[in-house]
Amino acid sequence: MDTYSFLRQLADSWVLLAMFAFFFGVILWAFRPGSRSTHDDISQAPFRNEDRPAADDKDAALLKGQDNG
Amino acid sequence: MLNYIKLILLGGVILFAALAANWAHDLAYQVHALLILVVGIVMFIWVLRHTDEPVAVSAGEAAGYMDGPVRYGIVATAFWGVTGFLVGTFIAFQLAFPVLNFDWAQPYANFGRLRPLHTSAVIFAFGGNGLIATSFYIVQRTSAQRLWGGNLAWFVFWGYNLFIVLAATGYLLGSTQSKEYAEPEWYVDIWLTIVWVAYLAVFLGTILTRKERHIYVANWFFLSFIVTIAMLHLVNNLSIPVSIWGSKSVQVFSGVQDAMTQWWYGHNAVGFFLTAGFLGMMYYFVPKQAGRPVYSYKLSIIHFWALIFLYIWAGPHHLHYTALPDWASTLGMVFSIVLWMPSWGGMINGLMTLQGAWDKLRTDPIIRLMVASLAFYGMSTFEGPMMSIRAVNSLSHYTDWTIGHVHSGALGWNGMITFAAIYFLTPKLWGREKMYSISAINTHFWLATIGIVLYASSMWVSGIMEGLMWREVDSQGFLVNSFADTVTAKFPMNVVRGLGGVLYLTGGLIMVWNMWMTIRGGASVKAPVGVAAE
Repeated sequence: MDTYSFLRQLADSWVLLAMFAFFFGVILWAFRPGSRSTHDDISQAPFRNEDRPAADDKDAALLKGQDNG
Repeated sequence: MLNYIKLILLGGVILFAALAANWAHDLAYQVHALLILVVGIVMFIWVLRHTDEPVAVSAGEAAGYMDGPVRYGIVATAFWGVTGFLVGTFIAFQLAFPVLNFDWAQPYANFGRLRPLHTSAVIFAFGGNGLIATSFYIVQRTSAQRLWGGNLAWFVFWGYNLFIVLAATGYLLGSTQSKEYAEPEWYVDIWLTIVWVAYLAVFLGTILTRKERHIYVANWFFLSFIVTIAMLHLVNNLSIPVSIWGSKSVQVFSGVQDAMTQWWYGHNAVGFFLTAGFLGMMYYFVPKQAGRPVYSYKLSIIHFWALIFLYIWAGPHHLHYTALPDWASTLGMVFSIVLWMPSWGGMINGLMTLQGAWDKLRTDPIIRLMVASLAFYGMSTFEGPMMSIRAVNSLSHYTDWTIGHVHSGALGWNGMITFAAIYFLTPKLWGREKMYSISAINTHFWLATIGIVLYASSMWVSGIMEGLMWREVDSQGFLVNSFADTVTAKFPMNVVRGLGGVLYLTGGLIMVWNMWMTIRGGASVKAPVGVAAE
């Protein structure tokens, strides 16, 4: 089989399936149980640390813990 | 030690540029060689004077956010913006009044050479500087981390603007590879590749060293923009230089493959440069200005993945009724129509973020700019899929309708969200409480809005009229109108379009004045870094 036909058939079958599976996997993952608290937390990211970086990893973890609560 | 390596490299660049200026085959290449020679010599002297000198780094500077390149980037955005609008307005009047293609300025200032100068100035210089500056600002704040790579961010800013100067002067001097939105020749493309890899390194480095657990959605959009533009740029610019001492190169692809590669590039420049990148801005600045988190974070995730999965296939709709196989143009058309969904999902997500804060629309002209921007995003992402349908395209293609569509997206969506970002960032970056004049922002908003309305409506009328005149046949089956008839009929619409441009340009100049007064006038009321958060 020449390269064009091989790639064309691969694209029409397995690659198409893989891309659909990846896409729907991502969507389903967004709706997994328990995702709400994660999403609520990350959607607040623009409102933290506006003026300077988080001091270090320990402080950042503490800050995150507070915002989660 | 690093400085010695830099000096050796700069010496090599200077020698090469001097040889290139001497042996250049064409004017554009010679001017560029001289430009690089001057830049190289200035940098050489600068590095030499700083070699073996003690390096002073203040503790506060190293610990805070790196906002220097963002400040320069915002000023560059405003400068290139009004430059691009000015050139655009001038060429709009060139179309209405051909005498403006002055004899004494030929061939440098004719429409054919100024048009790519306009498109590149607004898309890559105005939009690109805006994207680089805002992405550097946003990725630091949402990662709680200083930019990665030290002075590499400065290299990205200066390197990108050198690319713009090389591209712009090249167009005027006749150096082009004749690919729309990818006109720069081979050596300018190679330089942009180097700068872009540095940009990716700074952005990704900051994300990888972030102190937030998750990557905020704006950064996902910016990252997809950077990665996809790198891929598009490399594939669409595959060409072989005729000589290392000249600007001319020959494309590797030819015929319909070249056309398909070009519009795969061209439409994804719209999709990933002008959409994904600017959505990154939207997902940060709209929540910040409204003081509320994004309406639905889940919707933003779906918006992101659906947008990038669909946009990449939409390019073939630029090639309906050409040598491109029918299946390919149908594929492009179908994906363009499906793309309507994530686009409107994103628009709704942005608008609904204002839920509970709609009263700000009355008092805050920055929110007004954002809402108008999202409305134009929704309008042009409805118009685009409609125009990609083969039957509609047979009327709209090659007419002014396409130009109107592009400008409602570019002036409305990209322009207005960038203006909003500039008004948001200028006081913050220079430590002022707010912009110098809020009523000037309001004036800018109305000038820009009326300008776009004049532009888009005149181009709809002009485009549909043009399309109908081109296809009109008499009872014998002969075409009724010659091409020149449509040119004559378009005259009033071309004048109105030019007036719309004048209004939009005036708004831009008011913004520059407002920025100048904010930065230069008045005392600093709040230091941007190094003070405790309130």
